[in-house]
Formats: sequence, C-alpha cells, structure tokens
Amino acid sequence: MKTFRIGGVHPAENKLSASSAIEVLGLPKQAVYPLSQHIGAPAVACVAKGDVVKVGTKIADAGGFVSASIFSGVSGKVAKIDSIIDASGYRKPAIFIDVDGDEWEESIDRSEALVKECDLKPEEIVEKIKNAGVVGMGGACFPTHVKLCPPPGSKAECVIINAVECEPYLTADHRLMLEKPEEILVGVSLLMKAAKVEKGYIGIENNKPDAIKLMQEKATSYPGIEIIPLKVKYPQGGEKQLIDAVIGRQVPAPPAIPISVGAVVQNVGTAFAVYEAVMKNKPLFERIVTVTGKSVEKPSNFLTRMGTPISKLIDAAGGLPADTGKVIGGGPMMGKALVNTEVPICKGSSGVLIMNYKEARRGEARPCIRCAKCVNACPMGLEPFLLSTLTSFDEWERAEKEDIVSCIECGSCQFTCPSNRPLLDMIRLGKSTVMGIVRARSAK
Amino acid sequence: MDLILVAVISLGAVGLIAAIILYVASKKFAVYEDPRNAQVAEVLPQANCGGCGFPGCAGFAEACVKAGSLEGKMCPVGGQETMDKIAAILGLQAEASEPKVAVVRCNGSCENRPRIVKYDGARSCKVAHATCAGETACAFGCLGCGDCVASCKFDAIHMNPETGLPEVDEAKCTACGACAKACPRVIIEIRPKGKNNRRVYVSCVNKDKGPVAMKACKVSCIACGKCVKECSFEAITVANNIAYIDPTKCRLCRKCETVCPKNAIVSVNFPPRKPKVETPETPASETQKAE
Repeated sequence: MKTFRIGGVHPAENKLSASSAIEVLGLPKQAVYPLSQHIGAPAVACVAKGDVVKVGTKIADAGGFVSASIFSGVSGKVAKIDSIIDASGYRKPAIFIDVDGDEWEESIDRSEALVKECDLKPEEIVEKIKNAGVVGMGGACFPTHVKLCPPPGSKAECVIINAVECEPYLTADHRLMLEKPEEILVGVSLLMKAAKVEKGYIGIENNKPDAIKLMQEKATSYPGIEIIPLKVKYPQGGEKQLIDAVIGRQVPAPPAIPISVGAVVQNVGTAFAVYEAVMKNKPLFERIVTVTGKSVEKPSNFLTRMGTPISKLIDAAGGLPADTGKVIGGGPMMGKALVNTEVPICKGSSGVLIMNYKEARRGEARPCIRCAKCVNACPMGLEPFLLSTLTSFDEWERAEKEDIVSCIECGSCQFTCPSNRPLLDMIRLGKSTVMGIVRARSAK
Repeated sequence: MDLILVAVISLGAVGLIAAIILYVASKKFAVYEDPRNAQVAEVLPQANCGGCGFPGCAGFAEACVKAGSLEGKMCPVGGQETMDKIAAILGLQAEASEPKVAVVRCNGSCENRPRIVKYDGARSCKVAHATCAGETACAFGCLGCGDCVASCKFDAIHMNPETGLPEVDEAKCTACGACAKACPRVIIEIRPKGKNNRRVYVSCVNKDKGPVAMKACKVSCIACGKCVKECSFEAITVANNIAYIDPTKCRLCRKCETVCPKNAIVSVNFPPRKPKVETPETPASETQKAE
C-alpha cells in the first residue's frame, strides 16, 4: 500500500465520531465573521451597520488576488463592524450579524437533486469558484482559485484530492464522503476541468474502508478519477506528503510549489464546496465540523453555518465536560488551543476537540538526549532539534541554511520527543522570523 | 661527529630561512593599528554588551577613533565618565548625555490583571507572544516568561514572583537596552534616570480602547486624556489609545499622577507626599526644591 517516503508518525486514531451521521446545527442568535479567514490579504467589509443581509449575501470583498470574499451564513441585520477576540486572544476586525429568520438569496439552488452536466469553460468555473469565496477546507484556507491559476511556465498534470484526514479524532471528511459521494465526484471533475487535466486521484487512508469502497463504486461512472487507498501515517494530508504518496513525486524545497511537479492538491471538502458553488450557485457559508473528545457525551459531525460560536456546537454535543483541560480548534496535532469558546466557526474550522486534563497536560521539558527521534519523524527531512536550538539563539542565518522554511508545522517532532521539548513552538517562531527576513531581502 | 654537524647545519639553515620569511612577511603584510584603539579600549568597561550598537568594546573603541568625533556615541555602561576619558584620549569633545535606566511599563500583577487562561507552551516570551495573547485579557502587557531576565548581562533585572513582573535593579542597570530588545511587546523602555533618580512615566502599553483595557486590567491606561489636560508643560501626548510622558519635557511635578483615574502613571524615588493642606506649590519651584 502506498504512503510517503520520509518520516511520519502514527498517533492514536481516536475517530470517535466516525459513525455519527451529519446533523444540521441550528442557527445562532448572533453570527460573527472575522475578515481574515484565509491565507492572504484580509477581506474588506462591503456592508455597513444596519444593512439587511440574507443567507448567501456577500458581506466582504476579497482584498486582493490571494484573498477570498466572505458570505453571510445567516439572514438578519448587521449589528456592528468591530473587533472580536480570536482563538489566540488577539483582537481581529469582524462583522457581527444579528440573526432574524432564515431567508436565502434567490439565486441559490436549494434542491437536493444532483446536477452532473456542466457546459462551462474552465475559466468560467474558476471565476465561479472565486466569486463563491471558496478556500481550502482542510484548515490552511488557501484561496482555491489561486491554485487553479498556475503561474506561467508550469502546467498541471493531475488533480489530487486530499481525503486522507490524517489528523486523529477528526471525521468531517469521512462523513462527507459517506453521505455526499456523487457530489464530491462531480466537484472533482469540475476541478479537473478547471485545471485542464485528464487525471484525478482521491487519496484515502485505509482506516476508512467504508469510504474507500463507496467512492470506488461511484467513481466507475466518472472517467479519469481514481481512488488511491493509502497506508495510515501522519502527516499524509500534508500537500507534499500526499503528492509523494499518490504519484511518487517529491516537491523540491521552496520556492517550488506542488504545481512545479504538475500536481494540484485540493481537499475533499473543497471539492464539495466547488460542486455547490458551480452547480448550485451556493457560496461558501457552511461546512462540516467535528465536535469530539474522549469525555464528550455525544461526539458529532455538524453541518454548521459559519459565524456560529463554538460554544453552540459544544452545547449541541452534550456540553463542556467537567474534566476539560483544553479546547482545541482543529485536530490534536496541528490544531490550536482556544482561549475562549465564543470564537466563531470559520472557513477553516474542521473540528473542535475537547481534551481532558490528562490528555491536555504537557510534560515538563527536559534536556535533549540526542536520540534523533525527531529527525526520523520529520516528514520534510529536517533536523527539528537543531532548528529549535538555532531559534532559541536567534541564529537566523544558520536556520535559513538548515531550511527552516520547509517546515510544514505538522508537529511530528514534538509528538515523538521523549524529553517533551517544545520543538514545534520554537520552530514556528523561527520559521516566521526567517520568512520575514527572506521577504524583506527580496523586497529590497 | 659528522652526524651532529649535519643536524646542526641543516636545522640552522631551516631556522634561518624561516626567520627570513617571517621577517619579510611581517614587513610586507604589516597592518597599521592606531595605538589609540588600545588606549580607548582600556578605559571601556569590557562588558562587551553591545549596548553602544557596536560589536563589543573593541568595536566601539575602533569606531570612536575612526569617526573623529564622538557625536552620537555613548557607552551606556560606563556613562559620561567613560566618555569624558575617551574624549581626553582622542582630544575630542564628548557629548553631554543623561544617564539612563530601563523602565518596565506594565503594572499588570496577578492582583491587578486577573489570569483567565493558562499558557503551557514553551517558557519564552517570544514564543508566547507569537502563539497567543497571554494568560490575561490584555494582549499588550507583560507575559512573564522572563526573556528580559535571560537577556541581561548585568544581573539587573529579575522576576518578582509575587507580582509576576520583572523588576529593574537601578544600581546594576546600565541601560544597555538588551532587555528592551528582548521584550516582544516593547514594554521595557530606556528612559533618562531623571533628576535625583526621580521619574514619572505611564506604566502601561495597552493600545485597546478604554472599556476593553479597563476590563482587562485594574491599572491600564484608558486614554481618557485627563493627564494631558493637567500637564502644564505639554509633556504628555495620547496616541493609539495610550498616554506617553516625554521625559525631556516632564518637569516631575507629579500632577498627572494624582489625576489619573486608573493609577497608570507611576512615579519613583520621590519622597512620600505631604498630606494636602496648603496650596500646592508651582511645579517649577518644586523641581528647584528637589535640586
């Protein structure tokens, strides 16, 4: 069975909510939309206080080419444009909408019927994706239309769909594949058409045999799409790891990007969002969010309107357990601990993980014993112990030479460290500092 | 006998050749070094802290000699005394400068600023600052991981375990600025020591709007502007929701401290205030008295 070549770890899978069907979550009283929900320039609000909006109304315009528009997931009145405390505790500008009823924009096709036929040109598909504010739904939130417009000189050869869901606990993509397989496949064909390629691969880890079987059955009627079962290994969902696993090509160090080896990688959730955007005229304003944790009463997958506070999802899953140690936005490996539960669901919120005290506790950091477990685990072939030391001594030049910017922040090093060293914490800081230095140099 | 003779002659020849090469090299590749460099370096404190902006004391000495003037050059550790000595060696005029000291502009102790979350990441302010807003609702205040303490080469700054804030030991602080650079939130400022070591400053860097800042901390500046109105010397300005007292204009009258509703303005090394009975003296005379 296929997998990527270098490094990787295998954390406990804990897919507690895999058997819970997707439930539609009720509307919140107030929905909040941070203006920066994606990688790139923040969006610019195009509504003002007092404006009436419907479900699917554009509330913020893309702030540049690498940016995405934001759409309201609720109908009601714009209460204010103010700042909200985000997941990390810092204040970020956001649009607040008081919910009133549930009135949708007329242009959205709300029927459940599957639409397969599409006679749009590739450029028109990209335009529609762009106008629907679709971004990568795996968590990084990179605007999808940018990936479909390859830089001059590079040509896409295949579309790879990331249905790996290698993060422990999360099951949003798994459920989506079980419940909307045809929609996903149409979405993949659209992405293939937009990228002007004949071949599409859907990579699924073999801890989801039901999804593999179902998708393989359905895929027979879609020419060019192949389902690739993959061995379970974290971080297989990383773009570069997935390309290596599926087509056996390795992406060189930055500035090379996946398109340099002919691959366009999109998340399975993105493929579904593309289907809805192109075929149903439905902009991106809702997504599937897994709410899970060992002490959670009812681990669930919710179809949630964006802007809904996380506390509402937790309540729907049975409330915050008494032994909560940490609430994490995303999965346990790459997610970030939240400082408050009033943070809204955004485009990239794939899950809410509630950890109990025992799980959440970090062990005391001890000296490095040079066992090189982190080196073996690093899927990018870096030396995490060295990068973290260089960062703590501000040795930016050397850190750049050691290729700190190649780090994908998967956390495998920290996971495997027997001395509980905060490797990723340091490397993240070092990476952002070095990237800043590189940017400043190239701007000169 | 022959053997000894051969050995002595051959070794002697090798030595002679080497001596000639070394002599030629020392003349040909000689680097002229200004003898004043060494003299200047001698009077410097040899702390090699980098507070002057040059790589160590030797680097600073060389820069002083090369530049031909002492304009803008200051050894914060040695202070005016050292600069005068350097001036005497080089026959130049040293710029008059005030002694300075590091000032921690945050009063968010555990009591004033309630902790609402627990940070359990790497114990480094830099990492904490990049990861989250910290353990309190204030996204601007001290994170308490002690990067400043680790950066100090003079053992002049320490964490107070009771308040969770760093404290500067004025006697040891040389104002080299390492702590100010190490602080990711720019809380530490290098300010003039002031007359008789007396200083008045705003001990807060919170740029949030008043109501938000007020909720986060008992002693936050809320940019109400009362101090600006009270100040007779235009020493106080409010920008970005934060007041700042310009040390060059401040006359240490301490009126602002009394009007501040949040006690965000702090004065140090003043004698205890007299109970208010007589009419307050004019600030100018107060400063004169202080002298």
